[in-house]
Amino acid sequence: MTTIKLENVAYTYGDTQVLKHINYTFEDNKFYTILGPSGCGKTTILKLIGGFIEPNSGEVRFDDKVMNKIPANQRKVNTVFQDYALFPHLNVLENIIFGLKIKKTSKKEMDKKLDEVLRLTNLEEFKNRNIGDLSGGQRQRVAIARAVINEPDILLLDEPLSALDYNLRVDMQYELKEMQKRLGIIFIFVTHDQEEALGLSDEIIVMDRGNIVQTGSPKDIYDEPLNRYVADFIGESNIVRGTMVKDRVVSIYGRSYDCIDGGIMPNTSVDVMIRPEDIYFGEHNKDKLNVTVDSVLFKGVHYEICCLDEDGYEWVMHSTKNALLGSKISLNFAKEDIHIMIPGEDEENFIERLESFQGEDE
Amino acid sequence: MKKLLLIPYALWMLIFVVFPLLLMAAYSFIDLSGNITLNNYASFFSSNYIQMTLSSFWYAFLITLFTLIVSYPLALALNATKRKTIWLLIIILPTWINLLLKTYAFIGIFGKNGILNDIFAVFNIDEIQLLFSDTAFIIVSVYIFLPFMLLPLFNAISGIDNNLLNAAKDLGATRVQVFSKIILPLTADGIKAGIQVVFIPSLSLFMITRLITGNKVITLGTAIEQQFLTNENWGMGSTIGIFLVIFMLLIMVITSGKSDNRVMKL
Repeated sequence: MTTIKLENVAYTYGDTQVLKHINYTFEDNKFYTILGPSGCGKTTILKLIGGFIEPNSGEVRFDDKVMNKIPANQRKVNTVFQDYALFPHLNVLENIIFGLKIKKTSKKEMDKKLDEVLRLTNLEEFKNRNIGDLSGGQRQRVAIARAVINEPDILLLDEPLSALDYNLRVDMQYELKEMQKRLGIIFIFVTHDQEEALGLSDEIIVMDRGNIVQTGSPKDIYDEPLNRYVADFIGESNIVRGTMVKDRVVSIYGRSYDCIDGGIMPNTSVDVMIRPEDIYFGEHNKDKLNVTVDSVLFKGVHYEICCLDEDGYEWVMHSTKNALLGSKISLNFAKEDIHIMIPGEDEENFIERLESFQGEDE
Repeated sequence: MKKLLLIPYALWMLIFVVFPLLLMAAYSFIDLSGNITLNNYASFFSSNYIQMTLSSFWYAFLITLFTLIVSYPLALALNATKRKTIWLLIIILPTWINLLLKTYAFIGIFGKNGILNDIFAVFNIDEIQLLFSDTAFIIVSVYIFLPFMLLPLFNAISGIDNNLLNAAKDLGATRVQVFSKIILPLTADGIKAGIQVVFIPSLSLFMITRLITGNKVITLGTAIEQQFLTNENWGMGSTIGIFLVIFMLLIMVITSGKSDNRVMKL
């Protein structure tokens, strides 16, 4: 076990088409993140896989078995709910063994699994506490323990870290990642936090208004976003309008720059993305683009420096060096860091173009 | 200033709760001719009153049980409807009508020439004499107490987070298990509250017993009324009243218990 296949899945709630036409295959032993703003349908996908709702059309398959009509209690899937949904009338221990009790697991086996899970989630000393006496992080661990003790093939996590403070969230990210490796099952994690998605996942699924926009490894998605939406959603970026001059040359605001993209008809208008951390600066007139520093924001690790070029366009860069407010500097960026996106291009064509052109390159 | 605000309530409690209770306690030691006596208490423990007490408890138990049996599924169903509050209002509405009027309406329904027998006649079912039976007493009482049971139950049920039910299903629970392991324990406080507000008043029901059962069912409430109004034995009436108060306190203690979020152990 197990792969999960979503085939032409659509789901409508009232008048809203929550999911439009979803095709995707989740493979065994991977950490998936579904990323998107609230209302994009990401939680609905979890509910479909969990068995809490049925698709209006299309099929949900585990391996090759159609699961549409199989209720939640008969699926080898467990969920960590957004608000944890711990049973308030049971204590930590009783919450964790709820699923095992339902399955009438023998006392001996239950104790063994319990020991393991308590160690995994570091809950040993809290096992007799009431749910109301736990902190957010502890509750979240109980919710995870309650789910994984059933040894599911698939673990669904619905924004489980959103209620935690920053430090705890980072800690839990490491723990989740490690847990997934140890258990060797599919984790599907839903979040609107791009940082979480990049740090945790083997595969990211970016969604927008009921559609999957782009899928791929965190690096793929960060470095080669399909379009403005993905680029904006994941990481910060400078996105400017440009025109393709020829292969490997793009024109931005009337100036031509070398890049590494191609396979696009000349004169096609494109979106050009440069990540703020890929821009660096030097003395005036020295580098590619002369600008004036408009604002500087100290962000801890780096400065976020906002510049205006001679034509009045805005450029944001992240630098560990500070720039003097109002000073004239020039910006530079490597040709590899210029990323070209064609508005309206779909994922399939995008990948094809990328592969064919980069293939030529080598 | 805060103490000043308390004065009206303290006065109210004193005049309408404490004083009457003391008066009742005092009267319970006075016999028909005005002498101080313990005879009232002695006669309460005679077989007559013990039997009456037992039958009061029995009927109160039946009324509470049937009210609960009717209300619980009703509350569940209400919670599943789209316009919960409107349906709730419709069910609660009859409580705004005077108790006696509602009781009289049942005489019209249950009587020998009542609507029920008319309906039976259409289907060629034999005419029945429901009025003046204890079945009728229980039906009418259940009808009257239904909203009082329904409200706490409905509140408890609608307060359950839907995700808890999903979580139980997710962990493998069938619908029956979701009910028995999650819904029931989480509504235990509602059930207790409902039992309190139904059981205690049904112990002392009296007008319905007369109108619907023709005094076939005699509860402690009926006995008190009789002692005060018919026999004019205020002492005995007060004694029964004292016992009724004791019973109520006992039930309150039993059904309230400690509820510290740990309602029931699995």
